[in-house]
Amino acid sequence: MPVEVIVKTLFILFVVIGALAPVMTWTERKQSAVMQDRIGANRADISGITVLGLLHPLADVVKLLTKEDVVPRGANRVMHLLAPIVAAVPAVIAYGVIPFAGVYTFGGETISMVVSNADWGLLYIFAIGSIATYGTVMAGWSSNSNWSLLGAMRASAQMISYEVTMGLSVVGIFMVFGTLQLQTMALEQDTSFRILGFLEYLIPGFQLPALFSAFPFVLPKWGIFLQPLGFLMFLATIMAENKRPPFDVPEGESEIIAGYFTEYSGMRFGLFFMAEFIEVVVIAGLVTTLFLGGWTIPWVSTAGFIGAVTPAVGEGVATGLCVIVQFLMFMAKVVVMIWLQMSLRWGLPRFRYDHVMDLCWKGILPLSIVNIFVTGALLLLVGDAS
Amino acid sequence: MSVPFVLFYIFAALAVVSALAMILNVRNTVASVMSLVVTMVSLAGIYVLLAAYLVAAIQIMVYGGAIVVLFLFVVMLLNLRSDEFLPARQRWMKFAGALLGVFLLVEGLRLLGGFHEPPPLPEGFGGYRLLGLSLYTDYLLIVEVISLLLTAAIVGALILAKREID
Repeated sequence: MPVEVIVKTLFILFVVIGALAPVMTWTERKQSAVMQDRIGANRADISGITVLGLLHPLADVVKLLTKEDVVPRGANRVMHLLAPIVAAVPAVIAYGVIPFAGVYTFGGETISMVVSNADWGLLYIFAIGSIATYGTVMAGWSSNSNWSLLGAMRASAQMISYEVTMGLSVVGIFMVFGTLQLQTMALEQDTSFRILGFLEYLIPGFQLPALFSAFPFVLPKWGIFLQPLGFLMFLATIMAENKRPPFDVPEGESEIIAGYFTEYSGMRFGLFFMAEFIEVVVIAGLVTTLFLGGWTIPWVSTAGFIGAVTPAVGEGVATGLCVIVQFLMFMAKVVVMIWLQMSLRWGLPRFRYDHVMDLCWKGILPLSIVNIFVTGALLLLVGDAS
Repeated sequence: MSVPFVLFYIFAALAVVSALAMILNVRNTVASVMSLVVTMVSLAGIYVLLAAYLVAAIQIMVYGGAIVVLFLFVVMLLNLRSDEFLPARQRWMKFAGALLGVFLLVEGLRLLGGFHEPPPLPEGFGGYRLLGLSLYTDYLLIVEVISLLLTAAIVGALILAKREID
């Protein structure tokens, strides 16, 4: 068991996060370049070879590591040095409960492709997210700079406010799937449903024409189709939690220089940056698992896939193939979600600070409560029909 | 010693040390609040070892996340200086604290005397299902009364704050 956990952890660190996070600095530059009609990052080279600018992440790391590590005079030294670590660790460990593939049986042994199958998986993520505030606040306070302190105040107010709404906006998903365990949620989404199927349940004796059991009227049972409002609210709140544009008021350059990490340099600044990028990957993974069916293949269930491939190659190979295909499916969805976050980041201007707060308390909070009520009523009405 | 035992001693030591650091660190209020966070999180670790997973998650979310962040917010807003918090100012607090400490010590010794093997845990113990069921069946009245109380508190706070502005 511990060996299995260690292997999965290393897999996530090196394949899921390790492959995506560094490349994302390049992606972000390239995407901003495309959106702003520039050529973009293409200058870093090793003896003339630029590989489309993919060497830039490498150049970044070298630059950040060789810069002087400054602790400003009058700063609280211990906290100033600890803050980037406190900011980066929660981002990494949050991935422990997000499944990257399904549950498979290999010769009698069942393997669930997630590090921890904790019953309270989603609560764990919320708990980790609430701890993440401290890195920011420590950084801002310990720097002994007014800009940093202002940034930290903004960050802490924004993050506690959005934690509340983030929790409320996914209550609908808990209700629909009846669980907090992320792997079980993904398994629940491993089927399809007929859009108008509930009519048969509501009207006794009513049969839908066969036409409605075919392609355009059958959707994969994903969270986004069951909780469309929940999806939008969750995406907005969790992006605000990550403090990236358009929610980057804690580091608004035009007002407070760089906010809470104004006084940071070198790799310590780099750690804040890394934490932000890793969080983008975690957000993508979480949104994928909650709302986009996680590792499931749309319209093809796991059992269906293995059943269809088994006659050709045998059950063991079919299961192995299924693991690979579903993992690639998960990664594809994660990449789409990362792309969406980047597009929003470059497509929208920064909110004004009071607008951020208004959106949270006056916009999303009441809407999420309405969403919970409507979901509850619908579940009472047609909950047994699926 | 098994892994949970080692973890228990680590978390317990962390909780005690950081709690002491919170009290004794009168020079630096923010560092003191940060020690409180460590106490909260290590308590959550002990709750996990006791199979109280939901309580652990809520401990971190509510105490570690929300409440202490609010403390920190207030401390940073006021930018407190150490001389405003010198303990000598309230001498009777020391006596009260000592009295309370003796009381706690006696209570703790009494508890330790009755220590025995815990009974086996029921299925799903510490999860949200059992807790939710008992909250909304056996203790429904209490939950409703508390929610009424909280609503009243929120409304009261709003009215007080608004009066200041108007």
